[in-house]
Amino acid sequence: MLHTLTLAEALRKLRAKEVSATELTQACIDRIDSVDGTLNAVVYKNFDSALEEAKKFDDNFDTSKPLGGIPYLAKDVFCEAGVPTTACSNMLRSKDYRPPFDSTTTKRLKEAGAISLGKANTDEFTMGGSTETSCYGVTRNPWDSSRVAGGSSGGSAAAIAADECLFALGTDTGGSIRQPAAYCGCTGLKVTYGRTSRFGVMSMASSLDTIGVLTKTVEDAAVLLRLMAGKDPLDGTTSDAPVPNYPSLLTGSMEGMTIGLPQEYFTEGMDPEVRQAVRDAAKTFEEMGATVIDVSLPHTRYGVATYYVLCPSEVSSNMARYDGIRYGHTEQASSLIAYYEAIRSAGFGPEVKRRIMIGTYALSAGYFDAYYRQAQKIRTLVRQDFDAALRQADFLLAPVTPTPAFAIGAHANDPVHMYLEDALTVPISLAGVPGLAIPCGLTTRQLPIGMQLIGKHFDEATILRAGHAYQQATQWHTRKPGLGG
Amino acid sequence: MATLTAAEVRHIAKLARLQLSDEEVTKFATELTSILSYIDTLREVDTAGIEPTAQVTGAVHRLREDALRAGPLADPDALLSTSPLPIVDHQIQTPSAHG
Repeated sequence: MLHTLTLAEALRKLRAKEVSATELTQACIDRIDSVDGTLNAVVYKNFDSALEEAKKFDDNFDTSKPLGGIPYLAKDVFCEAGVPTTACSNMLRSKDYRPPFDSTTTKRLKEAGAISLGKANTDEFTMGGSTETSCYGVTRNPWDSSRVAGGSSGGSAAAIAADECLFALGTDTGGSIRQPAAYCGCTGLKVTYGRTSRFGVMSMASSLDTIGVLTKTVEDAAVLLRLMAGKDPLDGTTSDAPVPNYPSLLTGSMEGMTIGLPQEYFTEGMDPEVRQAVRDAAKTFEEMGATVIDVSLPHTRYGVATYYVLCPSEVSSNMARYDGIRYGHTEQASSLIAYYEAIRSAGFGPEVKRRIMIGTYALSAGYFDAYYRQAQKIRTLVRQDFDAALRQADFLLAPVTPTPAFAIGAHANDPVHMYLEDALTVPISLAGVPGLAIPCGLTTRQLPIGMQLIGKHFDEATILRAGHAYQQATQWHTRKPGLGG
Repeated sequence: MATLTAAEVRHIAKLARLQLSDEEVTKFATELTSILSYIDTLREVDTAGIEPTAQVTGAVHRLREDALRAGPLADPDALLSTSPLPIVDHQIQTPSAHG
């Protein structure tokens, strides 16, 4: 049962020599072998290398390494030198792109002693909310295999919920960590834009992309953020704001904190069980000494439309690099333009093409002001909403999604409806503020419900402290799906 | 509200260097029209006097020190080795740009 340990518990046991890194790594590998045939959360298994690294840790027992001996999975967009990294796209899969360099995040984790088990499933180039656009097929929800695990970091979330690894890396552009964490019942941290380095992670929308973690507890997320956050010379948008010792700030106390409930996030159209579970959590916080107030984010209803102008526009630019020259597959063509078209038409799936098309249209001559410029202005209004609400409260509390995990294929032919699933996550991304998703209930059908704690820019400490206090007072984060084993 | 015609879809695809099949053109004409009609709700927002946001955290352009790094991030030949095209004299040989 070693695979069920939290990161913090595993570190204590490793240092006390109660378990070895080899035993811990083997336990995760065995777990993947037993449940991933159903879940499809892991798309590349780097087990031989993981066991070698584990043995090295056991032989040297270097306890100065803060994550020494801890096995993890990285979403399939984090470059790791020599390890296939394909963004779950046929564009890179057909020749199994093996980057010759490491992302800053995986490099820092490697230096800290963490052991990479392989790659986790994602929507193609992180474009989607269900992993249904992955070229490796959908990841199934560990709580109900007929439902999606969410996305785009669906593989990472399912892997954590099913105890396939001790933590997983994800990316969140419009909800891609928080939404799958909510659907799978695990903890997911989306950081402030610029808090962690994006270097070496395949970009989707560069003004929105953030790098974060999916974990079993808030404490684990705090341990990891301390190691991952901070200035990176290789990513000019990283902030030099000081990195607090996050774990030491987890006091368990809610005394004196004010929590804002954004009224626009508790609407009639939502699943009543979701709404009620988050209201109950607010009551729990109140009983712990916090004050709960109502706040308003009046531009919430424009969030999805704003996001689906800005994101595809940036996608259409970022995807230009996939032209079959520096990486990817090759095709026969008579000229360079024909070559580009052949490569891109064969390599990209429907959702990537759809976003490239929307973005190309929105940025094309005559439409730029009406779409992109207007969306950028509304982004300012959305950000001002959050600034004002976060002046009244230490953090905001809201559901992550309007409903629990939906059935596989439910939105297959309706992209607008699929995009509306992001209504409660994209405004936070547009504002660039941090969001911490944690489980806060189960529906009568035993599907997880997630809430998000939304903080001020670069104030991850407050939402981690509150999230940890909640997990000290409640047990929702310890509930596990009935997968057996 | 814009209804995208097949010809417009083909034009956007050309700009994006995508070759679409006839079925894809039909599918995208419908889907993009429905997405654009949803996005059109943004027109109702009065944004007079509002500055656009390109980035959110108040970061400013910063130049790095004009000095050589300790070493390259990756070996240039290793970077070339991921190309699917022939490598000639440390360069990638692409199809002709002149057809």
